[in-house]
Amino acid sequence: MNEANDLAGAVASEPADEAASGKGRPEAVPPDDRPGAGRRAARRREGTQPPLRHRIITVSLLTVAAIYFLTPVYWLVVSSTKSSSDLFGTFGFWFHDPHPLDYLHRVLTYDDGIYVRWFANSLMYAGVGALAATLLAAAAGYALAKFRFPGREGIFNVILAGVLIPGTALALPLYLLFSEIGLANTYWAVLIPSIVSPFGVYLCRIYAAAAVPDSLLEAARIDGAGEARIFSTLGLRLMTPALVTVFLFQFVHIWNNFFLPLVMLSDSDLYPIQLGLTSWQGYADRQPELYQYTVGGAFLSVLPLMVLMGVLQRYWRTGLTEGSVKA
Amino acid sequence: MRRVSRAPRRLTRTEARGARAASGFLLPFLALFLLCFIAPIGYALYESLLKVERTGPLGLGGETKQVWAGLSNYAHALEDDRFTAGFGRVLLFGAVQIPLMIAFATALALLLDAASARWVGFFRTAFFLPYGVPGVIASILWGFLYVPGISPLVEMADSMGRHVDFLGRGAVLWSIANIVTWQFTGYNMLVLIAQLKAVPGELYEAARIDGANAWQVARHIKLPLIRPALVLTTVFSLIGTLQLFAEPKVLKPLSNSIDSGYTPNLAAYNEAFTSNNQHIAAAEAVLLALVACVLSFGFLRLVGRRGKDGDNG
Repeated sequence: MNEANDLAGAVASEPADEAASGKGRPEAVPPDDRPGAGRRAARRREGTQPPLRHRIITVSLLTVAAIYFLTPVYWLVVSSTKSSSDLFGTFGFWFHDPHPLDYLHRVLTYDDGIYVRWFANSLMYAGVGALAATLLAAAAGYALAKFRFPGREGIFNVILAGVLIPGTALALPLYLLFSEIGLANTYWAVLIPSIVSPFGVYLCRIYAAAAVPDSLLEAARIDGAGEARIFSTLGLRLMTPALVTVFLFQFVHIWNNFFLPLVMLSDSDLYPIQLGLTSWQGYADRQPELYQYTVGGAFLSVLPLMVLMGVLQRYWRTGLTEGSVKA
Repeated sequence: MRRVSRAPRRLTRTEARGARAASGFLLPFLALFLLCFIAPIGYALYESLLKVERTGPLGLGGETKQVWAGLSNYAHALEDDRFTAGFGRVLLFGAVQIPLMIAFATALALLLDAASARWVGFFRTAFFLPYGVPGVIASILWGFLYVPGISPLVEMADSMGRHVDFLGRGAVLWSIANIVTWQFTGYNMLVLIAQLKAVPGELYEAARIDGANAWQVARHIKLPLIRPALVLTTVFSLIGTLQLFAEPKVLKPLSNSIDSGYTPNLAAYNEAFTSNNQHIAAAEAVLLALVACVLSFGFLRLVGRRGKDGDNG
């Protein structure tokens, strides 16, 4: 249930930004001459900060929530240092005879290094897919925002409707279609559907309409620049914050997608990491060491995304909201 | 285009140039959109109206051909108790899990909004972290925390003399709900925070001068203002819930209570790849998309109307 949720946030934050026009809460803005700073100082002077009791309750509740969210991650870290027999035999929330590097090395080399291949596949699907999706969405959003032509709104509405269609309902017929034309069980089978992002078009249109001034385009045209050149030098540059957002979301969306590769691929050399790990988990009954490899592989696969989450979270505040403040 | 005239009108030079350039930018996306969105929908509809018939005596001959089936695939899907039970299951799941998750996310967003700034960054990152764990990995992870023998949770409960079974018939649906909640609460919280940040500061100032306490500010100012974000996170959670697949698929080997039609998506998948019946699978995919559209549009209309009745909040 990833893709649908990817969309929620950015769509939702859009109406919010209309109201935002420059008035951030104190935490949200640099501590300069924004209105919040003075207000906050005044509040402190009057001694109306929330009472200590409230702050203690707030922090305790937040701590309980943090324990809930972090416990499985902690378990994963601990368990990635254990052998299969220790996974079953020792207490899960504490270390036992840890050999992290040794076990992770075995994950990477098992079955001629198939894990590394899966990882590379995932990177390729998500990286190439997100890059192509971003460029396509940028071009389409730019066209919808900056040119007037018959049928423009109709096309935009059809693309918007695409945002609401459940991706898994499409994957099954897409597989049948791709088998007819011989594309099933190839890299293309996962890559092609991944580079179509209706939501990206939506975001790029909104952003281009606000951030790319018509007068600038006109000036470039009078100077004799072609449309393609204007788009690639002016349009793409002015749309960069939106493009970064689209890229990051599409990257996470492709990386997390399970149903599409599951349906499309039968050759394990083409698997992305998620599919590979489920296949290990499926064989673990017969080959107990695969339990340990599944856990270690899950740990390794989660690391890069966790880093990306840190980046994404920051972009949430700066890129998306500030970007559309201009709208 | 302000007006679309009936009589063919020659496009002005700028318009012609615009249309030409725009089509160059639009066509690559539109072509792939057609291939990956429009074509599968059309193909699913078409496939769902056909069935395979065997020729020869008693229908056992080697030759198979596709014949017109009318709506019989839909009838078959709807008469299949397992498929309808799966639908009922995800609807029950959504009715319980979505409100809980949204309430949880709202509570965290409001708490973070009210907390002192020093800790906010750490907590927000901690809550958002699970969103970076793909559904499959999250399910594998929680699967280990559910299964007796590995799970430290079960072990701790046992040592306190209580036996818990996360994967039993009654419990497994809510164990899945926990995985989904764990993954997406932080994400939804971030969406709500983004909207909370947009609330003008003067509003709080005015409320405080009027003597409102923190709870009243949250209840009467912040909540109504983040309503659009609440509506959208709910709609997208709804669409996500109907597609529930990775979690039950991964937990299936661990629990006897998950059958091949546990969710509509699982049913369609198994129909296509285990039973090799792509026509019924196509009908089930169409039904799934249809229910998702009806429910999400229905919900949007419902809250839209209520919004108009109330004080335009």
